[in-house]
Amino acid sequence: MARTEIRVVGFGGQGVVMMGHVIGHACAINAGMHATMIQSFGPEARGSACSSTVAVSPEEVLYPYITQPDILVVMSAEGYSKYWDELKPKGILVYENELVHPDVRPDQPSFGVPSTRIAEALGRKIVQNSVMLGFFAAATELVPREALRSAVEDSVPHGTEELNLKAFDAGWNHFTEEYGAKQPSRKKESTAAK
Amino acid sequence: MKTDPAGVLTGAHYLDGDYACGEGAMAAGCRFVAGYPITPSTEVVERISRRFPFMGGTFIQMEDELASMAAIVGASWTGTKSMTVTSGPGFSLMMENIGLAAMMEAPCVVVNVQRGGPSTGLPTMVGQQDVMQARWGSHGDYRIIALCPQSPQESFDLVIDAFNLAELYRVPVLFMMDECVGHMTEKVIIPEADQIEIVPRRLTKKDPADYLPYQTNGELIPEFARAGDGYKFHTTGLTHDERGYPVMSAACQKQNVQRLIDKIKLNEEQIIRFEAEAIEGADIVVLSYGITARVARMGIELARKQGIKIGVIRLIVLWPFPENYIRQLAGNIKAFVVPEINAGQMVLEVERCAAGQCRAVSVPHLGGGVHNPEDIAQAIVEAAQ
Repeated sequence: MARTEIRVVGFGGQGVVMMGHVIGHACAINAGMHATMIQSFGPEARGSACSSTVAVSPEEVLYPYITQPDILVVMSAEGYSKYWDELKPKGILVYENELVHPDVRPDQPSFGVPSTRIAEALGRKIVQNSVMLGFFAAATELVPREALRSAVEDSVPHGTEELNLKAFDAGWNHFTEEYGAKQPSRKKESTAAK
Repeated sequence: MKTDPAGVLTGAHYLDGDYACGEGAMAAGCRFVAGYPITPSTEVVERISRRFPFMGGTFIQMEDELASMAAIVGASWTGTKSMTVTSGPGFSLMMENIGLAAMMEAPCVVVNVQRGGPSTGLPTMVGQQDVMQARWGSHGDYRIIALCPQSPQESFDLVIDAFNLAELYRVPVLFMMDECVGHMTEKVIIPEADQIEIVPRRLTKKDPADYLPYQTNGELIPEFARAGDGYKFHTTGLTHDERGYPVMSAACQKQNVQRLIDKIKLNEEQIIRFEAEAIEGADIVVLSYGITARVARMGIELARKQGIKIGVIRLIVLWPFPENYIRQLAGNIKAFVVPEINAGQMVLEVERCAAGQCRAVSVPHLGGGVHNPEDIAQAIVEAAQ
């Protein structure tokens, strides 16, 4: 496996940094890889567009910033318009499909999930990012499901583990229902998006 | 001795360099932190202020950086391992009292998470522009020790060394992290408490009647007496004699200040630390530190593909500088190449030590980002021609 670059974007409050942290934690602590997470700081991190990046590699990550993501996770329209053209050709797009309406490119596998609505149905909108992480795990197969799931469990505030894991599973299940159990088949990818 | 387990969060963690620095300080036995939180160093004190109540530590948010530095010098006199945390503008404000700590010989650690300057500059973005300030920032002649980590793991490990060096030499130790390392999150392994060696304060065993605070009996570092232990003594930033009282004379100045210099200078071999790789037979040696040392390795690999023989030096201790090593090496190579996130600071020291035997090529970057590895490769190729 070569170096994989991931960018997560959304607006402040969606848990964008938390998601980058959980993905990095899953790779570095639970999956034996090297993972360097950087959160975007500066005025843009407070309120509007907010971003975190993770560089994952079997070897030490020398260059901590990403140059062109292999995976772009988008949870806001503003984030999409800022970063859509950065994604590698054949890179994977994962998005919140009620907040983001991407112009899906045929060479980029694209997977949408109504993570906010799913989280609301679970009772707490705040676990939207855990839904997205479950969906991300199934869509990208970056690390084994358990590596990411247990990273969620280790990272969320004490007392909220059960709800967040439920959210994670709901995201995972949404992928299998919409796109099929096995990622390579990708039954209804790209143009199936709403 | 082994450290107090109360401060050690043993396990595998996913932490940024700032948090790792905070954990390292607590693991080293630091129990007093005063600071005026400033980006990009804020997370260090966030971490500490949350965890200190569980180990009997005290964090005070002070009114400014002058007071922060003064508070840790005061706390140090109680025997408590003390630290302050800041970034560029705050580091400038601390300079006077860093000199006070050096003059009083109060062990303490000052963390500077470097951002782009001058002035308020780039609060959220990386710089390595304070490395000369670390050496020369306070007025007068004195020596300090400055360390520089290249990863969150090293931030944890090295800040423990910072506390130990502060105790060994009774000197302020400057921990020169950069924003990139501070805000980068990676795996950090925190060992068991019984794996962490710490240096306790060297307390005097003398009777209070016989104790003089700056008497060294020919050694370089005086014994320490804690405030509150019944030793009545005086300490000051003024030039002082063995009793700690001001003596305004050239003779006392020489005796006082020369010892401050010598206690570091004559122990340099024990303090200096760097990594060196592929030096034998190298034509070019790349010298860097902090995040730039990681990025430089990519540039070095690119340049090696063109057949250039490249040695690598990564400074872990910035000050004291490995003067003798650089001087000897300079006679055997074509050039040093020194990438750093500033307009060229440590390259001046390299050039001084090389003393005309070889070139010292600066690869500057003014901050706000790290080098493009290709620029470093290009500089190596040009230096090799």
